[in-house]
Amino acid sequence: MTLRIEDLTVSFPTGPVLEGVSLALDRGEVVGLTGTSGAGKSIVAEALVGALPPDAIRTGRITLADAPVAPRTVALAPQHLDALDPMAPVGRQILRFARLAGRPVDVPDALARVGLPPDTARLYPHELSGGMARRVLLATALATGADWIVADEPTVGLDEVAAGRVLSLFTDLAATGRGIIVISHDVCGLAKISSRIVILRRGRQVETAPADAFTGTGTAFRDAFSRALWNAQLAPDAPC
Amino acid sequence: MKAWLPALLAGRLIRLAWLLPLAAVGLFTLISLAPIDPVQAYVGGRTSQIGPEQRDAIAAAWGLDRPAVERFANWLGQLARGDLGQSITFNAPVMQVIAARLPASLALIGLAFVLSFVLGTALGLVAGATRGRWPDRVIRTIAVVMAASPGFWVAILLVAFFAVGLGWLPACCATPPGQLAAEVTLADRWRHMVLPVATLSVVGIAPLVLHTRQSLVAFLDSPAARHLSAHGATPLHLAFGPGLRHAAGVALTLHLAGAGELFGGSVLAEAVFAWPGLGQATVRAATGADAPLLMGIGLATLLFVFAGNLLADVAARLADPRLRGPA
Repeated sequence: MTLRIEDLTVSFPTGPVLEGVSLALDRGEVVGLTGTSGAGKSIVAEALVGALPPDAIRTGRITLADAPVAPRTVALAPQHLDALDPMAPVGRQILRFARLAGRPVDVPDALARVGLPPDTARLYPHELSGGMARRVLLATALATGADWIVADEPTVGLDEVAAGRVLSLFTDLAATGRGIIVISHDVCGLAKISSRIVILRRGRQVETAPADAFTGTGTAFRDAFSRALWNAQLAPDAPC
Repeated sequence: MKAWLPALLAGRLIRLAWLLPLAAVGLFTLISLAPIDPVQAYVGGRTSQIGPEQRDAIAAAWGLDRPAVERFANWLGQLARGDLGQSITFNAPVMQVIAARLPASLALIGLAFVLSFVLGTALGLVAGATRGRWPDRVIRTIAVVMAASPGFWVAILLVAFFAVGLGWLPACCATPPGQLAAEVTLADRWRHMVLPVATLSVVGIAPLVLHTRQSLVAFLDSPAARHLSAHGATPLHLAFGPGLRHAAGVALTLHLAGAGELFGGSVLAEAVFAWPGLGQATVRAATGADAPLLMGIGLATLLFVFAGNLLADVAARLADPRLRGPA
């Protein structure tokens, strides 16, 4: 079964923010999505879950097994931490997402999957560190039990160990038959877990590179921007 | 007990400890400076029957021949013994006058408080959940009209329509005039409450509707609500589920903090409907320059408003955990 985005274009009254993006994702696969800030990565995520702002105009097709994708097929772990309800404890928020999907959830287990202790359930968002909040957002998406998950910048604010644990969680989830799109600036991290990485620049898809292109000095990339993006990660103080 | 609650209560009690004496001095000063002579107010139309010696005797009996500072010190001394003094207007201990009339006022204020909160919050939630559609437009129009309507005008309209025009409801008093207390049924009491409670509620509903709607709209536009919507939550589910705490928490805080306005409104409603509560006693005490009763009612009002504000602080912290820092 394949989740497919074909020629996705999103415009606002001020102009287009995404033009002609296409990607395909199979069950059991992790696909990375990267690019510079403002390239339109989060817009792809919002289009996938049908949560574009009301003034957005979308063209192109998003299909699952060649049929238009139904609401709630794809779950999203959003980028911004204020997507957590400031007035509800973490445990209740995880329960809300499970109930929306009509499935039961074991909150301590849901927290453990993202590397959080069970007593996190009674904390409110303002009592969480940035990294904890990001993992709670991921837990809310996982609580829906969706087969297709988009994680928008899931490792920002996490230390290396925690980031590594979250990234390996995606490969574990993919191994259970889920399809995962991970949006990140961390090309190194993406290269370790993704089968392909889609590279965006100013709303346009520069290329979709296989994971093995992210080696050496990036000579396998077709586009100069992709090479530059990769080489920027190879700085001496941040070896990949 | 929540960790923030004792700290909040202690802070507010300290505030009350300096607020009460300050209010007592302020009240006494205002009453002393008032251009109403209590003896003249008491004598009224019997001026020709009461001579200067009798006037002096009355003034001396009430302690009005003493300097204001000495009268205030005497009042404080009585207060320390738990005695609020003697009401000139009612010729009874102030404590007794307040205790006799407080239940009637509290019944009026309490019912109006609950009614306006339930109606105001529910209508605000419906308006917010149907933003831009006809239910929202209808509710907002009604709320704006109500917000612009003076309480006394609403009271007169209600009396003209339901009491005089249709004859459905009584326009006066807490019980049918001339009827013995034993003959008054519960239904009679409820019927007499309808118009005063409606008048008092109308004043409180409009701001609640508009604030609740706005709080809910702010939540519905928030990233948290968009995250839930992206996973299947409808506006109605958001409004009466997660949004309830965002909107109703603000509404309850606002409503409790408005206890003073409710008390002020009850003075007006009691005057219009001849309701035998503290509001009516306040009007009589003011026109009769009844200093002990005015002082007693003033301090009781202060405690009432203070309790309302304290409960508002507690409600705000219960609703929003981010406020549970040091008071």
